[in-house]
Amino acid sequence: MKHQLDITQEHCPMTFVRTKLKLAQMAKGDTLEVLLSEGEPLNNVPRSASEQGFKVLAVEHVEGKTHRVLIEK
Amino acid sequence: METLSEIQAKGGPKKLSLIAFSGDFDKLTAVFTLATGAAAVGYEVNIFFTFWGLDAIKRKEGRAFLGKSPMQKLFGFLMGGLRCTPTSRFNLFGLGPRLFRWLMRKNQVATLEELVEAAKALGVHLYACEMAMHVLGLQADDFVHEVEDVLGVATFLRLSEGGQTLFV
Repeated sequence: MKHQLDITQEHCPMTFVRTKLKLAQMAKGDTLEVLLSEGEPLNNVPRSASEQGFKVLAVEHVEGKTHRVLIEK
Repeated sequence: METLSEIQAKGGPKKLSLIAFSGDFDKLTAVFTLATGAAAVGYEVNIFFTFWGLDAIKRKEGRAFLGKSPMQKLFGFLMGGLRCTPTSRFNLFGLGPRLFRWLMRKNQVATLEELVEAAKALGVHLYACEMAMHVLGLQADDFVHEVEDVLGVATFLRLSEGGQTLFV
């Protein structure tokens, strides 16, 4: 199952918090598409997800300062 | 609820322990910002609430005559709960926290109350200080149910061992 989360309007620490809580609700094998801004969220959301054992499938530029990160639980 | 020994056993290399001494709105915001941020990126997080910091975990978020003796009840009323916390600067007779909450919402930054709820949802471990509770006449029932235990210094030191500890 595919889930989506837009944290482009969020700020630290809620960027990480919303991502973590969303991942916690998902079943193993589900994917989460996260829209986030460059800077702290782009630098750290994929890294922290990876460190916690989730699989980062893709990191893509969407437009302007927005990026898309695809994470598999 | 996990036992203390289970918490100690699962402790990994990434651990943050916070001593929440202050009951100021801005300092508690710092405590919960650090706690939620750390928990969200995989840290085990402990918060040890003592003295004024106990206001953050009271079940009654407004003013209430908590305590046993008349003096303790008066203190309990004056301290209040999470919704009564003053700012450390520019409190302006209680207007400061209202202005900060408004600014936070306007700038899409999580408010103190949102951070507290996020900390609970992320499984941040909350503990109350036994000695401060005794001084203020508070009981475990006066706190939110997410408070896992009432601790003394020795137990908190064992819990925080091997990680980073901050005093706020």
